[in-house]
Amino acid sequence: MAKREFSSARSSAPVEAGEDGQFVWTRKDLLGLDELSERQIVHILDTAESFKEVSTRSIKKVPALRGKVVGLLFFEDSTRTRMSFELAASRMSADTILFTSKGSSVAKGETTLDTVRNIEAMGVDIFVIRHGQSGAPHVIARKVKSSIVNAGDGSHEHPTQGLLDIFTIRQRLGRVKGLKAAIVGDIAHSRVARSNIIGLQKLGAEVVVVGPPTLVPPAIKEMGCSISHDLDEILPQVDVVNMLRIQFERFTGAGAAFPSMREYANMYGLNAARLKRCKKNILVMHPGPINRGLEITTEVADGPNSCILQQVTNGLAVRMAVLYLVSQAAEK
Amino acid sequence: MLTAKQVEQALDRLYKAATDQVPRDAAVAVVGIRTRGETLAARMVGRLRADLPGRTVNHGILDITFYRDDLSRRRGAPLVRATEIDFDLDDAWVILVDDVLQTGRSIRAALDALHDFGRPRVVRLAVLIDRGGRQLPIAADYIGKQLDVPDNQTVRVKLKENDGQEGVFICSK
Repeated sequence: MAKREFSSARSSAPVEAGEDGQFVWTRKDLLGLDELSERQIVHILDTAESFKEVSTRSIKKVPALRGKVVGLLFFEDSTRTRMSFELAASRMSADTILFTSKGSSVAKGETTLDTVRNIEAMGVDIFVIRHGQSGAPHVIARKVKSSIVNAGDGSHEHPTQGLLDIFTIRQRLGRVKGLKAAIVGDIAHSRVARSNIIGLQKLGAEVVVVGPPTLVPPAIKEMGCSISHDLDEILPQVDVVNMLRIQFERFTGAGAAFPSMREYANMYGLNAARLKRCKKNILVMHPGPINRGLEITTEVADGPNSCILQQVTNGLAVRMAVLYLVSQAAEK
Repeated sequence: MLTAKQVEQALDRLYKAATDQVPRDAAVAVVGIRTRGETLAARMVGRLRADLPGRTVNHGILDITFYRDDLSRRRGAPLVRATEIDFDLDDAWVILVDDVLQTGRSIRAALDALHDFGRPRVVRLAVLIDRGGRQLPIAADYIGKQLDVPDNQTVRVKLKENDGQEGVFICSK
């Protein structure tokens, strides 16, 4: 195995072509979309395409990860991501063990790294990690031999969510390149926004982030996207609108980010009246869980332009693909 | 080893042997193993549909990647493609098609994969080339051409649809 200095350096092997000059996946971790090339992102999406078929069989299981153990480490709460990874692992015949920080050794004062090393010592092949601290999976990846998949770290990245969003866009609109996407809402606290901005731009889409100045840090421009505070101006121009959840649990410190929920809904909520002014085929996305009536109305969330449940379905295929790919790259 | 003409003759033999035994009352399914087996199966299906008008001839494609026993011995992951079996395999007469039979491990994987889709009445194995070197108790029912190739050499089947040319070649590893 390569010498471990930086997580990104160790997981990228130099050779990416196998027999017949075919592209071959060689990264043993998935920490973020930032470290992936366009080719690698497309490879995950194409692999996920094949995994979709498994979920349509009468026996929804393949032996690809038989004998492997997937450790789900959720230092922060999650429902759908955790269940999605859990189901993805079991569809590939892996065993899963679950760790949540509530009522665990973390409450007894154990450090994150000690927790992970102890669980690794039980013989875990892949860790799926969600952590409240940005960069936690990267630190862990440098210290353990197992594969690491980032399932959301602080306000940094949520790569599988970004991938499943892009997968869904590609499925519904047939392409990603040349599209214009708006990401609306709580950009400041959103790892989903970051992974989407990075991934969409790498695949040739244009991204504009929209929200109140208190929730859109000006420095986000450095990621290459544009900023707007006027949803009504942007909506008619875009092919995709991703409505982020307002993450009340992350609002810390003095003062609120906006005067009232009603004002936020008026300014930045997606409702039927606004949808009418959009392109006819606009794709409405939401990473869930939804605050119905706040960032999106029920009518729009459950309407024909919405692909919210499709995102969840696709998430399973994308996570199967990611677990499969990192496990293959981890082998010698 | 084999010219385009000889490949055609071998395929013709293979087709005749494989289809001769299909009983009249059975639902036929020709299932190819990706990638070259898929092409051979597609050709066989085309000919079979022309020869048996009015009968249902199903065409399936297997990607056996997930079922391989050497998964954990390879480094890196090439693109996995979808398995396409969108018909009922139960009680079907299945002709499983691959280009080269050597160790028998691909066929073992393909049989496992097939059985996740249903319970065929019969599975027959048709291969263009049997090169010897079996590691599992698996034998082909129909063989286009038998070759005796030492283990340190590779048999490559090239087909128009995949490679732009037709023929069987032997290369040193």
